[in-house]
Amino acid sequence: MSALLSASNLTRRFPGNRGLLDMLARKPRPVVHALSDVSIDVSAGETLGIVGESGCGKSTLARCLVRLIEPDEGNISFDGADVGSLEGPARRKFNRAVQMVFQDPYASLNPRMTVGSTLAEALRVHEIVPAAEINARVASLLDLVQLPATAATRYPHEFSGGQRQRIGIARALAVEPRVIIADEPVSALDVSVQAQIVNLFMELQERLGLALVFITHDLRLVRHMTHRVAVMYLGRVVEIGPVEDIFTAPRHPYTRALISAVPQLTPGLLRGEPAVRGELPSPLSPPSGCAFHPRCPIALPQCAAERPALDARGGTWPVACLRADEA
Amino acid sequence: MMASRDDSTGLTVRELRVVFDTSRGPIFAVDGVALDVAPGEVMGLVGESGSGKSVSLRAVARLLHANARVTGSVRWRGQELLSLSDDQMLPIRGAQIGIIFQEPMAALNPVLPIGLQIEESLIAHTTMDKAQRQARALQLLDQVGIASGATRLAQFPHEFSGGMRQRAMIAIALAASPALLLADEPTTALDVTIQDQILRLLLRLKDELGMALLLVTHDLGVVAETCTRVAVMYAGRVCETGPTADVFANPHHAYTAALLRAMPGSGPAQAKLIPIPGMAPRLDAPSPGCAFAPRCTVSEPLCTTTRPPFVQEATRSSACYGRARL
Repeated sequence: MSALLSASNLTRRFPGNRGLLDMLARKPRPVVHALSDVSIDVSAGETLGIVGESGCGKSTLARCLVRLIEPDEGNISFDGADVGSLEGPARRKFNRAVQMVFQDPYASLNPRMTVGSTLAEALRVHEIVPAAEINARVASLLDLVQLPATAATRYPHEFSGGQRQRIGIARALAVEPRVIIADEPVSALDVSVQAQIVNLFMELQERLGLALVFITHDLRLVRHMTHRVAVMYLGRVVEIGPVEDIFTAPRHPYTRALISAVPQLTPGLLRGEPAVRGELPSPLSPPSGCAFHPRCPIALPQCAAERPALDARGGTWPVACLRADEA
Repeated sequence: MMASRDDSTGLTVRELRVVFDTSRGPIFAVDGVALDVAPGEVMGLVGESGSGKSVSLRAVARLLHANARVTGSVRWRGQELLSLSDDQMLPIRGAQIGIIFQEPMAALNPVLPIGLQIEESLIAHTTMDKAQRQARALQLLDQVGIASGATRLAQFPHEFSGGMRQRAMIAIALAASPALLLADEPTTALDVTIQDQILRLLLRLKDELGMALLLVTHDLGVVAETCTRVAVMYAGRVCETGPTADVFANPHHAYTAALLRAMPGSGPAQAKLIPIPGMAPRLDAPSPGCAFAPRCTVSEPLCTTTRPPFVQEATRSSACYGRARL
């Protein structure tokens, strides 16, 4: 299976804030290392999960993939072509082919446009169908996401959270994309409704052969619906591989900690020590060497000095840890 | 139901109703809740958004706004809290009953150092002098796992990380050694590794201090790992209560069963999840029958017309006509 969308060595830094005193002292602006040297790829019909805690760079990665943010370094290729060098119609073709679904559909839908006109706008701008067929296509899009055809004449505020997310998905699907980047698309939804949207994603993928990048902090969901998963920590991928293998035998101590911190559905009271001590360090000044070493239960002195590269290390999928596979 | 229990030691809530008067008419947020929390126990109150779990918790602590009409009974150590005046409530709330909230940044005072915020609670509820209060504040920070306490006491909330703020809020809530801690989604805003730390901390403190915990959450996983008993709420009503292990293994209410089935991880990977059809009920016009009936797959005509009564059975109680069909 060859990759449809791939990103290699993406790096993105943002200027941080400094206080008035630092400004007066002419200290340089701090730099947030949001993404460092991240490489991922996704094929048609495949779901790649991106997991990690807040500040690990997963949303920045999503925005780089749809080119809402330009990476400082690295490149993205789609269908074999380098996206950074695309211009004019080729660039528009990419924009169409790679669509995004956001966490909060209410914030990403225009409150003053009916659902029908939101969908029609996308169809018109990208000239998906002749003007005379727009209404029919809007109806079939609503049907695809299991909303009634009457939804077209209503406004976003008239819908519940789950329905709004269906509208967000219909909007993304309107332009017949081949890749969907979904950034925490079900995090704001209750469990009972979340299951409806997760099923919708899985059905649409099957029907349309979509490549799906599913970004979430919910590990239960990742295990359930993705094929491969990339685990991120402080702007870097620390482990990437087949989801069931990683959940069964995580190779990186951070992956192990993350998985064991997820509350199990089997009743039994928590006892003993937490899965991992300490908190996420500031991305303004990431620790030297392996960024996880200050919290790692099996860190060696050299972990603070040397950043382990992401490679196979005698296993079948890449991991960035000097003590990979050691519990 | 459950009336025979000795209510002179813990918390006993009966027929609790909360109606919010709004410009669009009344909202029936809590519609007849019954709950018991025994000393030293961890009771979970679980439900989706709008189920009334947080409003119930706030009603117990008498923290609701003036547009809330609260009726029913909330007995704490045999004393009826709902009939107390605001002044009479002061020695109970914060002293005997502590509270922590979901969003510590909204609950902490941003312009006071953490140390002073802990001391405020001690000033209000104890007779300690300044030196004793400072020593107690330091001890509390240590107890909740905040290192270099002396420095931390002088810092402001914005200098704390999310997890540390939640620890600081727990320290404030524990300052006067409450016998009951009310926790409203205390880990929802936190990352999963920090949630793990905070949940373990709460359980350890419960054991060390012998207090009871009423934990409101939407996460069944959090309930499974922390609560000995659980009450499942839907549309302002309790569907069922019982020991967590029993409720999870063999739900007695159709909603509990549906909620457990809808969780990712409950079935094989890549399989379709089993969603609950439809959407959350409206709270402005409560159903005369079971609130869950319109979304229920095992409902019968009776469910839409007559509210199912609570059936008490050993350690469990539930209100579902469809129980035999689950």
